[in-house]
Amino acid sequence: MYAYDWSSIPGALPYLYQGMVRTLQITGVAIALGVVLGTLIAVARLSKNSILSNLAALYVNGFRSVPLVMVLLWFYLLVPQLISSLIGHPGFDIRLLSAFVAFALFEASYYAEIIRAGIQSVSGGQVSASLALGMTGGQTMRLIVLPQAFRRMIPLLLTQAIILFQDTSLVYVIGLAEFFGVAYNTGNRDGTLVELLLFAGAVYFVICFGASMLVRVLQKKFAS
Amino acid sequence: MGTLLTGLDWSIFFQPAFDGSGTYLRFLLVGLEWTLLLSIAAWILAFVVGSIVGVLRTLPGKLLRGLGAVYVEIFRNVPLLVQLFIWYFVLPEIIPVFGTWFKQGLNPLLQQFISGVFCLGFFTAARVAEQVRSGINALGRGQRMAGLALGLNPMQVYQLILLPVAYRIIIPTLTSEFLNIIKNSAVASTIGLAELSRQSQQLGEFTAHWYESFIAVTLLYGIINVTVMTVARFLERATRLPGYVGGGK
Repeated sequence: MYAYDWSSIPGALPYLYQGMVRTLQITGVAIALGVVLGTLIAVARLSKNSILSNLAALYVNGFRSVPLVMVLLWFYLLVPQLISSLIGHPGFDIRLLSAFVAFALFEASYYAEIIRAGIQSVSGGQVSASLALGMTGGQTMRLIVLPQAFRRMIPLLLTQAIILFQDTSLVYVIGLAEFFGVAYNTGNRDGTLVELLLFAGAVYFVICFGASMLVRVLQKKFAS
Repeated sequence: MGTLLTGLDWSIFFQPAFDGSGTYLRFLLVGLEWTLLLSIAAWILAFVVGSIVGVLRTLPGKLLRGLGAVYVEIFRNVPLLVQLFIWYFVLPEIIPVFGTWFKQGLNPLLQQFISGVFCLGFFTAARVAEQVRSGINALGRGQRMAGLALGLNPMQVYQLILLPVAYRIIIPTLTSEFLNIIKNSAVASTIGLAELSRQSQQLGEFTAHWYESFIAVTLLYGIINVTVMTVARFLERATRLPGYVGGGK
């Protein structure tokens, strides 16, 4: 039998907590920017202007056909070069900024599709009615269509947020230590990788399972 | 690093690779082979396990239904990277006899490959299971009852009536799961498997031609994507059932 040694976890808890804060930072930034950008892309994709809608489709399909690992590596290549050519040597963690940018742009392509479906689920009658009342196209979108669409999309947007929360662990490939990275490094250092990995898995499970239960409750509430 | 995007040197792909295996073009194609091999093997596993778990979730018995649900929740709520590391670093340590054989009897490449296949296969199976379940549920109770009334046993009802129709209904979502496996297979680079994204990082590290390498690999992923979608669309048309257009009823 394998002799488990959980002793390195209590001492590592403060670092694991900091790692979790970082995980939540990346998740939060990606949701906020991703939803805003995703909305713009969704509206562009549904626009009658064919150049605009094709560009939006290219954006969405482009990001969706490349693995997230590659997207992270790409932005860890691009962002540091861009920053150093703009402001010289940065005084902050360039990996964190690269991860923010990569996740925000990547998630935008996924949110855009959810939001597009949400916009399309609002019936055409609503649009005609608000146009007939003298609203402009922009007002119709902002005041009539999007509020209804978002209410319907909330469960899907939250489910996507849970997936995103899990995906942040992939910043491991650019050497950024969020929750998973801290757990891995601690296990590696103390020779307790087995215990730390199992612990990390359990923590992710509890958080994500709890969150998905909440989403299910919300879903029932919205459905009724 | 050099200047931004100026002076891309594509001749790098015709220079000999650092490991003496041939040119860097070949080096990337080896990665492509591993990506495809890993994805296809994992897909077969995901399809078999996902079908079993999906069927479990449609059975009348509470216990089997519950088991299916537990499987899906566990594999859906732990990040893929964590699952991979558990398959690769944890299970060989804690499983008594098999683990020792895995660590000592297999060469590293095979260890990485098997871990990758199991990880991606069981991970994707949870998603396939949900689709198989929804496919079967979309058929309604009539088909099942008709089958039973004709004297088929439950096993035969699934094998001959429910599953063949359910699979054809869910082909579009199964396709997107296959595309997901290909993309997710890039995670296997973290345990050192020489698949496409790993090779592109190696190429960048040894030649400093990061842009050429990343552009080439990104295009390769794009080509795989388009190819799979084209084949899937053909498959969808060939297996389309009259009266069951895509997804729902």
